[in-house]
Amino acid sequence: MQDLSRLPAWPGPGLTRVPFEVYRDPALYKAEQERLFRGPAWHFLCMEAELPEPASWRTTFVGETPVIVSRDRHGRLHAFENRCAHRGALICLGEGGRGRRIQCVYHAWNYDLEGNLRGVAFEGGIDGAGGMPAGFDKARHGPRKLRAAACCGLVFGTFSPDAPGLEDWLGPEISTRLARVLGKPVRLLGRHRQMLPNNWKLYVENVKDSYHASLLHSFFATFRLNRLTQEGGVEVDDSGGHHASWSRMRTDRPNEDYEKGGLRAWKEGYALADPRLIRGRDEFGDGVSLQILTVFPTFVSQQVQNALAVRHVVPKGVDRTELLWTCYGFEDDDPELAEQRLLQANLVGPAGFISMEDGAVGGFVQRGAAGAAGLAGVVEMGGAGAESQRGRATETSVRGFWKAWRAVMGL
Amino acid sequence: MSGLQDALDGLFARYAMAIDDDRLEDWLGLFAEDCRYRIASRENVEAGLPVSVVYADGRAMLADRVSALRRANIYEAQRYRHVIGRALVEAGPPAAARAGYHVARIMREGDLMLFSTGEYRAAFDEALRIREMTVVYDNARIDTLLALPL
Repeated sequence: MQDLSRLPAWPGPGLTRVPFEVYRDPALYKAEQERLFRGPAWHFLCMEAELPEPASWRTTFVGETPVIVSRDRHGRLHAFENRCAHRGALICLGEGGRGRRIQCVYHAWNYDLEGNLRGVAFEGGIDGAGGMPAGFDKARHGPRKLRAAACCGLVFGTFSPDAPGLEDWLGPEISTRLARVLGKPVRLLGRHRQMLPNNWKLYVENVKDSYHASLLHSFFATFRLNRLTQEGGVEVDDSGGHHASWSRMRTDRPNEDYEKGGLRAWKEGYALADPRLIRGRDEFGDGVSLQILTVFPTFVSQQVQNALAVRHVVPKGVDRTELLWTCYGFEDDDPELAEQRLLQANLVGPAGFISMEDGAVGGFVQRGAAGAAGLAGVVEMGGAGAESQRGRATETSVRGFWKAWRAVMGL
Repeated sequence: MSGLQDALDGLFARYAMAIDDDRLEDWLGLFAEDCRYRIASRENVEAGLPVSVVYADGRAMLADRVSALRRANIYEAQRYRHVIGRALVEAGPPAAARAGYHVARIMREGDLMLFSTGEYRAAFDEALRIREMTVVYDNARIDTLLALPL
């Protein structure tokens, strides 16, 4: 365990001040890999739809750690580090594969789909010369394994024997919200990969921050897709780490505070030349046109009208983050809805009308936080707590993130 | 054939310079009214997965993309510099062609990076307006965001 005593102390007992060093400190970044990503939390690995066949595997990441998630020939899920027990090379290069064994290219050591070392090339030497010592026990060598489990078609894994079961980790409110959008067989539509010039936590905070949506994302507000006057709310689970924010379409009403604010976002008379893009279908039958959900620490489920995706936030260094988007629809989509999802994919992703700013804004904070040791950001909209709230002019779920982060990091 | 070759090379050059000069409204003029335009990763295209990062069904949607860039979206000031290879004419007329590109991105503060490489797969109408174009980008990862069209 690393010594974290030289890190700046958290300023006070509360959640309303976030020291800027949490985005920049290399020692803290290393500690997160150990305490959080290899600690008692469940981490998103892939969608089950990305691993549909028995005897197949995919590569993914838990924090920085390369991981293989597999489905054995009986259909059971497994996960283990993508690192050969011999010299540490990646066992699987690329996206994945299928078969009963995964073989490292370097010296051809091979593994079964549970991550057990099964074969060592030339283990007995060649013509009686060389080879491994007689006492070498393959069962005692292998990549570290994770517990793997699935919920709502999403595969999660944890390195920790101490983490609660996945269902308990998610809790009933978040499971229900996930099941709302992931209730039937999924059809993959494709992936986006985006490199963000900032610490991973800045992206996660941005997703949890419902306050910024209509202020930064002018496109959204301009077409009244997401105004803070819409009916909506933010649910935060007891740990603070998971959240779901939502809003309901066509409940918009005039709001004087909004109009008087003189917001940049509010540009009267700006209309789309082709409004087919924003004509959504109420496919879940509850009028909720937007649901953004996070599972602590790095998983996002997104419903923006009919644009559905999961996002996986992968740290690549203290100031570099990869954002992996997996866009999906459902096997029973009719042709009109299938086309609508492809059109509404314009709203999200690296070039999304309402998400492109999120790719850059974390970098603005990362750059702004230079030379800010000892200073802290203010997270006080909607009070000091991390409870569920009506309305979305609040940072309650951002505070929730820090509540969960502090608990697992011991800071 | 050489007439068509020259015409298509000229069209791709106009396409590039319109974007690089920040004349996106002129860029729109290169497309047919009922065009389809998409920017998609090679990874998705080769896997047969249909999602794009930019998809416009008709020039009106492309025009909305341009007006959103002008009026709604927030992104740091940036320019592109395209280098487009000679068009490989695959059919015509009506013409179909492919051409490879490099796009460097130059940020306001002066940072320059090779932002994207890839190819245009395009089909044209009789008047050599773009009827269909897929920009297939090789770099699976997009740095920060994609605002301007490739």
